[in-house]
Amino acid sequence: MLNEKKSKRGTVIALLCALALLALVILLENTMKPTGMLFTVLKKGAVYALVAVSMNLLNGFTGLFSLGQAGFMLLGAYTYAILTIPTADREAVYYLYNGSAVNFSLPELFGGGAVGLVLGVLLALFLGGCAAAAVAWLIGLPVLRLKSDYLAIATLGFAEIIRAIFQWDPLGPVTNGANALKSFPTFSSFNIQNADGKVILRLSTFVPFLLAGVCVAVIVLLINSTYGRAFKAIRDDEVAAEAMGINLARHKRLAFCISSFFAGVGGGLFAMFANQAQAKVFTTAMTYEILLIVVIGGIGSISGSCIAAFLYVAASEWWLRFLDTETYIGSFKVPFLRTGFRMVVFSVIIMVVVLFFRKGIMGDKELPDLLKKRQKKATKEAVQP
Amino acid sequence: MQYGISILLSGISLGGQYALIAIGYTMVYGILRLINFAHGDVFMVAGLMMVYLSASLPLAAAIPLMIILAVLLGFIIERAAYKPLRTAPRMSVMISAIGVSYLLQNLATYVTGGLPQMYPALPGLSNQLTIAGVSTKYVTVVTPVLVVLLVAALTQLINHTRIGMAMRAVSRDFETAQLMGIRINSVISVTFIIGSLLAAIGSLLYFTNYQSIVPLSGSLPGLRAFVAAVFGGIGSIPGAVVGAFLIGICESVIKGSDWSVFSDAFTFAILIVVLCVKPTGLFGEKVTDKV
Repeated sequence: MLNEKKSKRGTVIALLCALALLALVILLENTMKPTGMLFTVLKKGAVYALVAVSMNLLNGFTGLFSLGQAGFMLLGAYTYAILTIPTADREAVYYLYNGSAVNFSLPELFGGGAVGLVLGVLLALFLGGCAAAAVAWLIGLPVLRLKSDYLAIATLGFAEIIRAIFQWDPLGPVTNGANALKSFPTFSSFNIQNADGKVILRLSTFVPFLLAGVCVAVIVLLINSTYGRAFKAIRDDEVAAEAMGINLARHKRLAFCISSFFAGVGGGLFAMFANQAQAKVFTTAMTYEILLIVVIGGIGSISGSCIAAFLYVAASEWWLRFLDTETYIGSFKVPFLRTGFRMVVFSVIIMVVVLFFRKGIMGDKELPDLLKKRQKKATKEAVQP
Repeated sequence: MQYGISILLSGISLGGQYALIAIGYTMVYGILRLINFAHGDVFMVAGLMMVYLSASLPLAAAIPLMIILAVLLGFIIERAAYKPLRTAPRMSVMISAIGVSYLLQNLATYVTGGLPQMYPALPGLSNQLTIAGVSTKYVTVVTPVLVVLLVAALTQLINHTRIGMAMRAVSRDFETAQLMGIRINSVISVTFIIGSLLAAIGSLLYFTNYQSIVPLSGSLPGLRAFVAAVFGGIGSIPGAVVGAFLIGICESVIKGSDWSVFSDAFTFAILIVVLCVKPTGLFGEKVTDKV
């Protein structure tokens, strides 16, 4: 009874925090200069947070080491893009293939305007996730029987195969071959404009935060459910889990599909962030990037993954930028600073984290756990004279 | 006919080059149960070092120096990035390997400024030659011969020397070997040294054919070589060589057909089929899982 009350209070607090964060994002966006680096980082960070959490669900909570995330993101991004490019722009986007084979656009099907945009984008993102999940189900049939590093290399292989298929020329009328898909609604399409076309309320950072937030919340609920406990049991000991009556194949497949679903949604969001979808972006390097975020945040910690995603994006896109430009202090040229040095420093930092802070920022704890501990400590100290 | 021969020739030479990389993967996996993702990048760095060394040194000095530096690099990577994690879960070591690969690629981008580097022409390897009416480079003929010689030497080393015996023992059972007084660390170091040595020689042959080096040119040959190692049965050296030749020939056949977009996809398709149908590969030993 007491426990229940406590967890309810925790949920309320978490919800309030999330709402406060969203309000803060809207406030920031409408008071500060909208072209600042901060907003690029926030948008990309939100997208990466979602993808990292989806990878963590698989790698950290179910113990399945999969490296196919970029492939599933690609599926989501392409599904989203193909379904939402306005019919009027299709000719221009698919100019190499004399127009697209898909001649409708979801936002227009829903009647256009603001309502059509919101419904269309949401449905397209959802379908993107479904496409990724469906492919994951197919891939999972043979692949999920493999163990640890074999699973990793097989999923990595599938991601590469998916990428090759999407670049295949005969599929051009649908996927636009190796060229980018563009002109679809992006985050800035959600800025509310008045009749003169002047922006009165910016929502372009709020939207990715809201969408990613909802998805992460769903994943958290899933992890705290019976399914989540079954996943953790599989991670800790497969044989023991099976002996306890957990259907291994079914739960592994479920975790794989759900993780891929959210990776697909994340891919759609990534396309919205980048204003285009192109197969050559979703390489193995991207999967590695996401994997490193998960490791830095702590394998098995949702809040860790979210924090690490923002830190990672901010460091690589913003804070370390100065390392890439040649600088002079007086007449003294600072050594080493040249294009590419940023990434070297960055990868050294990552290696240090991997080698010496193996637990990452959060270990397998969540943000509320840390706060609780501190409270306990504080009360203990208060009791002692 | 001529077209067929030229494809077969290029496939065999490509296969030989993959074989030299694949041995590094298969030996490390046999001993540490680790997919050394950084191995392909060591191969790339070896190529880049050759570019820079040959610019200032005569070839006779540059080649041995490049090989020594590549071996040193492999040794340092093992000591710095894998040794501290010896007791950690396998996943941590693999992540560390991915981190090293990321570091080497970024370092290469920094040093080269992201521009493709031209590989120097090596006399004796780059010269043209005509076999059965097909014009090709000497490297095509040299590669398979060199691979066979090196593999024969390696098999001798593993089967008939003390360190080879230690390696076999460690790959059979890591902990027991340690209890029997085998110095695990030196055995692992030797494994990495041999792997890097072969990768360095492989890079000499590979880049004589492909000439331009970019920071990413190690990752795909690396993955293909790994697939070859799995195909042949991971942990088995003859398996890796046979697998590499098969993969090399398949790749060059596909590259020559209308399906060239799918050459990488096909390699991975082979991998997945092998893993699902016969996970131990062509020559691998059967392992049973213990609770």
